[in-house]
Amino acid sequence: MSKVLMKGNEAIGEAAIRAGGLNYFAYPITPQSEVAEYLSGRMPEVGGVFLQGESEVAVSYMIFGAAACGARVFTTSSSPGISLMSEGISYITAAECPAVFVNIMRGGPGLGGILPSQADYMQATKGGGHGDYRLLVMAPASVQEAVEMVMESFSLAEKYRNPVMILGDGLIGQMMEPVEFPEHLKVEPSNKDAWATSGMDTRKSDKRNLVKTLYLDPEELNAQNLKLKTKYERMKREEIRYEPYNLEGRYRVLIVSYGTMSRVCRTAIDHLKAEGLEVGMIRPQHLFPFPEKAILNAADKESCEAVLSVEMSMGQMVEDVERSVVGRRPVHWYGKCGGEVPTPEDVMAEVRNLLG
Amino acid sequence: MGKTFCRPEALADTVTHYCPGCTHGVAHRLVAEVIDELGIRGRTVGIAPVGCAVLMYNYFTFDFQEAAHGRAPAMATGIKRVRPDLIVFTYQGDGDLASIGMGEIVHAANRGEKFTTIFINNAVYGMTGGQMAPTTMPGQRTTTTPMGRKPEEVGMPVRISELLASLATPGYISRQTLISPKYINRAKKAIKKAFTYQMENRCFSLVELVSTCPTNWGMTPVDALSWVEEEMLPYYHLGDFKTPEDN
Repeated sequence: MSKVLMKGNEAIGEAAIRAGGLNYFAYPITPQSEVAEYLSGRMPEVGGVFLQGESEVAVSYMIFGAAACGARVFTTSSSPGISLMSEGISYITAAECPAVFVNIMRGGPGLGGILPSQADYMQATKGGGHGDYRLLVMAPASVQEAVEMVMESFSLAEKYRNPVMILGDGLIGQMMEPVEFPEHLKVEPSNKDAWATSGMDTRKSDKRNLVKTLYLDPEELNAQNLKLKTKYERMKREEIRYEPYNLEGRYRVLIVSYGTMSRVCRTAIDHLKAEGLEVGMIRPQHLFPFPEKAILNAADKESCEAVLSVEMSMGQMVEDVERSVVGRRPVHWYGKCGGEVPTPEDVMAEVRNLLG
Repeated sequence: MGKTFCRPEALADTVTHYCPGCTHGVAHRLVAEVIDELGIRGRTVGIAPVGCAVLMYNYFTFDFQEAAHGRAPAMATGIKRVRPDLIVFTYQGDGDLASIGMGEIVHAANRGEKFTTIFINNAVYGMTGGQMAPTTMPGQRTTTTPMGRKPEEVGMPVRISELLASLATPGYISRQTLISPKYINRAKKAIKKAFTYQMENRCFSLVELVSTCPTNWGMTPVDALSWVEEEMLPYYHLGDFKTPEDN
């Protein structure tokens, strides 16, 4: 299939359709409103469902209702909207329903700004809503990778019966790049008859299904949460994904960076290499589960003097990097958090500065 | 002589947790009878609220989802949009629907979502222990209005049926009560109408049921029935406020 030039937000919408994600509920918010605009025209063409909800809170429950009756369903939003959806995400996770949430991050807290950011790392990977739960969090670094992650996210959500979040910064949504939609990433929906409230007649069954999140008995709630934990442990075994860069040589600094920021770091690493300074990088493609072992192994290399987490935030992922490195190397943070993307020169200066 | 009265198939054979004199049991039974009579049990999905009826899924024999507080209409919207062939109803109290879920119910009704809402108005938060609801009567004592509801501080009770009937989108909006057999029969007719409109894919439908809460009102069940008649019905008028034929 030939490549087409598409804006990230539109490509995300198209990728969902190509993966069989034909049910979309959303509320407009900059910088991802183009997804809803695109799908408002495209969904009717493919016999899908498009609905603009009255709020992000309502949208998250439209997703819940649709997911609970067995539909492949997704939404897209941006940071303040994801805060509002976090209530619903907590319920959907508790109810073990598959669904996909795309967060095209903008600056925060509060209204923040509309420029790119990575300041929702904690919200995405540590919770966001109430209760003991995790999301599988995928972090694309290009429009093509966003397409592929969106296409994979539906089957991953079904594999774990857990919401998946695509965490992209504003640039992923706004920039145009050539993309293709790999056919092989479309996976047929799983059979949901065992749990979905799809109607007893639909399942040809006398057994009714119940989707709930209330467990008044403490032992039952404990057991349910342990069941959820088992899924997250399985994600840690099966869904670690990262991309190493320039880790073959005797690098003196290890960068950890994801999304658009990692592309800037890659350029900085290439320039530094030309100057004779070796820097390696690990780019987590999944943020939960986090590639702890890979980072520890890379940091442990004898030539490595320091680890640098480069993020478009005040330093959020750096806490996971510190956790991974377990004190074996000094861990530093560098970044900007107002919507400006650090330049390769900024990153190069920071690396030189680190090495004194 | 054969059996002339039995438990509806849609109703589970179990003991409920409701207090003596509470009308939830009557409302549940009416919904179950209607579902049986319309033959839709196998394609119905109920949505339980947060409130006293949070465990209502234990009392019915078909698919159920449990909502967050006030969000049932958004969940029903999600289901009906992706599965228009299913029959979907929400069952919500006044704290759930008229307070925290006001946004969801108004917009679902205004979009003309093809589901049915059974709205239990007993003028008080039940499960959380008798606090003021948007529907609490002026002067009514609750655990958060110990001196009685003061309209000059918190406004007058919200009349949900009138409010929803004011929307321009076609719908079926009816208010009934459950305080005597005469009213119970009328309530059942309204509930059946509401589900029938849904089956015909006509419109959004809501039946408000003016109900009792003897426990939180601090009354005997019999006094609670009189209180509905004397205090609530003069303010919450009964009848159909809107039918799709009006448009």
